[in-house]
Amino acid sequence: MPQAIPGPAHAMAAAALLDRTMQTDRSRLVAILSASLRDISLAEDVLQEAAVSALTHWGRNGTPASPAGWLLKVAQRKAIDRLRKTSRHSRVTEALALLTNDDLMPDKDFIPDERLRLIFACCHPALEPKSRVALTLRTVCGLTTAEIARAFLDADTTMGQRLSRAKAKIAATGIPFAIPGPDQWAERLNTVLTAVYLIFTTGYVNRLDETRDLCHEAEFLARLINQLRPDDPEIEGALAMILLIGARRFARVSPNGASLPPDEQDRGLWDADKIAEGRHVLETAVRRRAPGPFQIKAAVADCHMSHPGPDWPQISVLYAALWRFEPTPVVGLNGAVAIARAGDLTRGLSLIEDFKEALSDYQPWHAARADLLARSGNVDAAREAYGQAIERATTDADALFLRRRLNEIR
Amino acid sequence: MKYMLLIYNDPAQQPKFGTPEFDQFMTGYFAANERMKSDGVLIASEALQGVQTATSLRRKAGKVETMDGPFAETREYLGGYYVIEAPDLDAALTYAALIPSADFGTIEVRPLMDYNPAG
Repeated sequence: MPQAIPGPAHAMAAAALLDRTMQTDRSRLVAILSASLRDISLAEDVLQEAAVSALTHWGRNGTPASPAGWLLKVAQRKAIDRLRKTSRHSRVTEALALLTNDDLMPDKDFIPDERLRLIFACCHPALEPKSRVALTLRTVCGLTTAEIARAFLDADTTMGQRLSRAKAKIAATGIPFAIPGPDQWAERLNTVLTAVYLIFTTGYVNRLDETRDLCHEAEFLARLINQLRPDDPEIEGALAMILLIGARRFARVSPNGASLPPDEQDRGLWDADKIAEGRHVLETAVRRRAPGPFQIKAAVADCHMSHPGPDWPQISVLYAALWRFEPTPVVGLNGAVAIARAGDLTRGLSLIEDFKEALSDYQPWHAARADLLARSGNVDAAREAYGQAIERATTDADALFLRRRLNEIR
Repeated sequence: MKYMLLIYNDPAQQPKFGTPEFDQFMTGYFAANERMKSDGVLIASEALQGVQTATSLRRKAGKVETMDGPFAETREYLGGYYVIEAPDLDAALTYAALIPSADFGTIEVRPLMDYNPAG
């Protein structure tokens, strides 16, 4: 005989269960609802309404066997009601047909994982790069608007507007919640992985006292994508890169707060488990014999941790390979540095000059040039270049590192 | 959904009539048209005469002002358009990529407003 006596204990149990369900299943529910409604805002709204209903229903009638399934069914019903009231669009008719077709409705005990479709919609190239990142963090990782705003040093309202604009564009322009076909796969996957990497690098330079650690979120996303689409070498490459660079995270700043390049870091502070996992994932990827930019970048990250120091000849070969995929000034700059550090200082320095115009406001260009000038004994030019780099440093840690270098050549 | 594919280009960049490049350019357009027709997505398509034929009009303080040329000072002008019916933006973008002017101009893809006269 089920307990049907309403009371504070019931209400508290209902609230706790709802809380936990929304924490663990929210992104999966938003993914399924968005895919059929083709509208993230609407999906979030009806899920929120379903959660409010859950609080009363579960408190009164006891908690359901599948809380997530219950929320999904109720959210879908609420979506049908809303769409019937406002059916102005032909798209709505399609959504209604999908929602009311019971064959397409998932069994309440089995909720399919449609998060990859959600990720591809959030990271669609028709959206601004920063919006892709923000929307992925909001809908897939479940960060609040305030948390995302803080990570990107934006005001809450600015970030809120960015998120609503992006959601509105997805709905209005018919950006599909779909996994791209083979002809678009490589390009679209690269856009997704680039967004994940941008989340990672933002976390990497942020202070560690944020409520949500973006490096952790990026690793979560890379693992999730790898799980939803196993055996793809570029996804594995991105995961390996995040693990390998992430392994050095707590060694990247010296005790006095200055940035440290990998060859000056305390290796004892590197995360051995992450390195081992990263190398294993990268080896698996490379064995598939389909090289791509993320695998190459992961291999570069790995070579920076070679014993006893960075394997510069190998790094220069990797950058030459990366150039074929991404002929960007930054890749060119890194390739030039690798050539110089591998032994050919003159050639490295002359290659660096090729990117002078494109990277004139890019601190690492000035810092790399300063370092190579100092190594080639051109002290005055090196000092001046360090001065240029310090002026353009974006973090205190980088400025400290550059000042230390400048002092060392005096 | 209905999408308009707006073709913007700089006429100076377009292949010249009578060159092999021009023939290739037109062949590309015929192929794009054929593909859109055979896929059953083509609703309408027109090309515009040159920008030198453009006349612009505005009303200022109740008075109509007419002037020569296009309104905006740009190098890329609207040269033509397609209206297609496609299931989603990705499908629309696939058709837009068939348009030969994408090689030197820009194809802007915009969904049409969806009026439902019934309600």
